[in-house]
Amino acid sequence: MKKIRVLIAKPGLDGHDRGAKVIARALRDAGMEVIYTGLRQTPEMVAEAALQEDVDAIGLSILSGAHLALTPRVLALMRANGQGDVPVFVGGIIPADDAEALRGLGVAAVFGPGTPMSAVVDAVARATARPADA
Amino acid sequence: MNPEPILSGDRRALARWLTALEAEQPEAQDLLATLYARAGRAHRVGVTGAPGSGKSTLVAALAKAWRARGQTVAVLAVDPSSPFSGGAILGDRVRMQALAGDPGVFIRSMASRGTLGGLAATTADLARALDAAGFDQVVIETVGAGQSEIDVARTAQTTIVIEAPGLGDDVQAIKAGILEIADILVVNKADQPGVEATVRALKSALELESAARVSGEAAPGWSVPVLTTVATAGDGIEIVIDALAAHRIQMQSSPIGQQREIQRLRRELEARLRQRVWQRVEARLAPDTLDLLAAQVHQRVIDLESAVKSVLASTHTHTE
Repeated sequence: MKKIRVLIAKPGLDGHDRGAKVIARALRDAGMEVIYTGLRQTPEMVAEAALQEDVDAIGLSILSGAHLALTPRVLALMRANGQGDVPVFVGGIIPADDAEALRGLGVAAVFGPGTPMSAVVDAVARATARPADA
Repeated sequence: MNPEPILSGDRRALARWLTALEAEQPEAQDLLATLYARAGRAHRVGVTGAPGSGKSTLVAALAKAWRARGQTVAVLAVDPSSPFSGGAILGDRVRMQALAGDPGVFIRSMASRGTLGGLAATTADLARALDAAGFDQVVIETVGAGQSEIDVARTAQTTIVIEAPGLGDDVQAIKAGILEIADILVVNKADQPGVEATVRALKSALELESAARVSGEAAPGWSVPVLTTVATAGDGIEIVIDALAAHRIQMQSSPIGQQREIQRLRRELEARLRQRVWQRVEARLAPDTLDLLAAQVHQRVIDLESAVKSVLASTHTHTE
């Protein structure tokens, strides 16, 4: 039996991880295994954790405004590691234009403040569904 | 599965192998069988102790010290699965950030997936895989353990039990279980008040232990040391590293040490057989058999022992 494994990471310098922890709990309650890495991760640390943990999806929580700098770096490192097919989600305070830009870079979905937990869980579940699960 | 990328240090290939072993996929287990002869070079170190005693921080400090000595380190960090959802939050990496970016370190988080005893059912296989992949030190960190989570002693060659000041009196220390599996006792957070009393209580519990020991698993010539550390500051870590190395030499060089390893493998064999026999029985049962029997037991139509016998009888007829 293969469980869905999700990395929840906080790249960048902001110190607010309540949102990330709430998401981690919601995914756990949906039966997923959530690897939580803590605050102040570099993109290199995020990509390395994703590689070692062989995760099925990644959630980046970014409240610092640095999403356009950090996210492309994480995506590039993951491609270099052979994990370009792993869906990456971004949560945080992201202006609409930036969200569009992130989706253009290959981010699976962007979740702003007030997104219902069920929407987050559904999106991760759909993105990680394998043909065998259908 | 192809062993070449794993043996040549491809971390992605290793990570995927570990995932497949965790899912008990036959191809992954076949690869482990192929590489089994290569395993056995690593020192498998278990770290267990109460929640909050500092297991992850100690593991990170040990890993740094080993790296400074030029040794490679793999860590298997087990956290509990929720019994309600089956999900888990695996947070041990939070305390191991200082190891990031070092290609000589590989950290893997595991959920216990319903197994009691402090490890997951597949942890021993993943430890062997990391051993076969060539790591010098393979550290197994259990879930926050109390008094009966002693599976780690069946997987590791050397087990560290970590305590912290103020977690209990000397009666806690002599209860069965966790002290008996300690090869090395570490009192962490030694900068906190009460550390002397904790060391004293542990030492006297160990004396009782050896006085009362009848058959005795401990190797002759090995008395369990009680060491103090401040893992967050790195204090005392070198002494723990030295004690680990000394214990390993002791185990390898004494006949009793070899015997202990064989005993450990026997127990693992037994646990795995038990699991396989159960899986065979389960595979032959109609999906709702146990539910129906439980309902009958509840209504006192039959008793529990008769229910067990009827299950065994109905599955046995098909046994080869």
